[in-house]
Amino acid sequence: MYQIFNTPLYKYQKSTDQDSKNLRHYRVLIIGAGPVGLSAAIDLAIQGVEVLVLDESDKVSNGSRAICVSKRALEISERLGVGKKMLDKGVIWNLGKVFFDNKKVYEFNLLPEDGHQYPAFINLQQYYVEEYLVSRIRELQEKGYSIEIRGGNKVEEVINEPEKVTLNINTMDGNYSLSCDWLIACDGPKSTVRSSLGLDFDGQIFEDNFLIADVTMDAEFPTERRFWFDPPFNKGQSALLHKQPDGVWRIDLQLGWDIDKETEKREENVIPRLKAMLGEDVNFKLEWVSIYTFQCMKMEKFKHGRILFAGDSAHQVSPFGARGANSGVQDVDNLCWKLKLVLEEKAPLSLLDSYNFERVFAAEENITNSSRSTDFITPKSKISMAFRNAVLELSERYDFARPLVNSGRLSTPSTYDNSSLNSLDGMKNPTRSRVGAPCPDLPFHDDYLLNKTGNQFCVLTFNCKITETLEDLFLPVKTIEITEGDENKDLMRDRFLGQYKEAVYLLRPDQHIAGRWPSYDKEILLEALKKATGN
Amino acid sequence: MGQINLKPNIKNNDEFYSKLIAAHEGLSEEESIEFNSRLILILSNQVGDPEILAEALEIAKRR
Repeated sequence: MYQIFNTPLYKYQKSTDQDSKNLRHYRVLIIGAGPVGLSAAIDLAIQGVEVLVLDESDKVSNGSRAICVSKRALEISERLGVGKKMLDKGVIWNLGKVFFDNKKVYEFNLLPEDGHQYPAFINLQQYYVEEYLVSRIRELQEKGYSIEIRGGNKVEEVINEPEKVTLNINTMDGNYSLSCDWLIACDGPKSTVRSSLGLDFDGQIFEDNFLIADVTMDAEFPTERRFWFDPPFNKGQSALLHKQPDGVWRIDLQLGWDIDKETEKREENVIPRLKAMLGEDVNFKLEWVSIYTFQCMKMEKFKHGRILFAGDSAHQVSPFGARGANSGVQDVDNLCWKLKLVLEEKAPLSLLDSYNFERVFAAEENITNSSRSTDFITPKSKISMAFRNAVLELSERYDFARPLVNSGRLSTPSTYDNSSLNSLDGMKNPTRSRVGAPCPDLPFHDDYLLNKTGNQFCVLTFNCKITETLEDLFLPVKTIEITEGDENKDLMRDRFLGQYKEAVYLLRPDQHIAGRWPSYDKEILLEALKKATGN
Repeated sequence: MGQINLKPNIKNNDEFYSKLIAAHEGLSEEESIEFNSRLILILSNQVGDPEILAEALEIAKRR
């Protein structure tokens, strides 16, 4: 197998900043070159904000790690310029099978909805995602964008001052300092920034360990997700089998919290476990193995002065539901346009409080879902186990029990129902595109609507036109006219019009709906734009 | 009358399930059995229809 994660993609190079007599100041610094930090950097750069990413390593993710990429994360990646590459490489899966003990209890189909560019999920190794993001950064650099990534730069100290943030950075050439207006901490669950500020996670809910193995094998398994509750080969725990690109299979075996990690990781202990699962006669090769320990918790606030936390540094969830990296990418999708407006002084500092409000809310939703899945998968008491087993037994024969089976509720974007950026909803339906919701996709001019919105505020008009100019508004606003035709009629009604003949939607740069009305009125639109930018 | 509904009918499955499990938190096994007994009697009264109750008993017996 081509092991991209052994190749340095952003090798340490001494920067002129290190010899400079004056402290070099940046608008935005990002710590951590994972999927979240790299996405944030690209988002800011394409919006014209100078940005530098620092990472202590110089390679992409070691191992497949976060493999399930959700539709919303793909849509965001599309806007950043890597979505199609991810889709081309990724494995699309729709069929899920659920096993209890030694029998299959039921199967489900994700039944992808028509008229979306991206499927509900693809499986793609995290190192590919990071590789694509890094090459996108290289592409932007060639085009002259102010974006840089520095490997072998370990941040040792963070000083959060009222007007700036100062960093002390260690390199093989010694230490140097940088300062910035804003720091985005995307440095993972063990965040140095978090600990250096003496901040902690709020409320640890539980801790568990997973043996994660990537294998290639001769046996042909179909492209589907298989989930086992209490299988004979991993008694009292769960197991997951998932297909990745390059003929690699991902196996997650739950180990419980009370284990010795070093012992479990040894090949002589891993191989028998995998044989018991795959069958004695299946030839397989172990590509990568790791023990993943997770906790379910979050910081109380994601914004501390001029430091903004995003991704695993701010919140951690169980792996059930693919709510880790997918929610981290949504964090920075939410943050970057706000940061840009604040830096350009087109919005007050308080706009960034809405990042905290909206993404803390999303993290809570993710933690609730992932905790419920964990409670179902690993019941904590005898009675809880009895209910769980009753659900699984009944689900084999009776439809009603199937929605109760919880092997992970797959990541969907949050709707920011109570955000201060929302205008009063001018329409009664459709509910799915209410104010605060992420805008649904729609086929549009041989392409898709979400590919057209760009990185700014956007007004969508359905079956109506805006004849006057919007150029006198305090921000650039793009207008997209959508007219009902035979090919999009039902989808448009279902996703945007509901009971109405016409509709006007205001989308934020992160494609969440800031306001919607059954007819156009410039004054109302302007008020909504002010509200959505904290003005 | 009769005809038990075995199609999904609970509005928010995950929320209901987590409340059900939470209701047992801190109870001893004996207390949990007693709790379940009360719960079944309350729900049975809500159902009322003797044919449906008989069907439910039959289905619960199957393994």
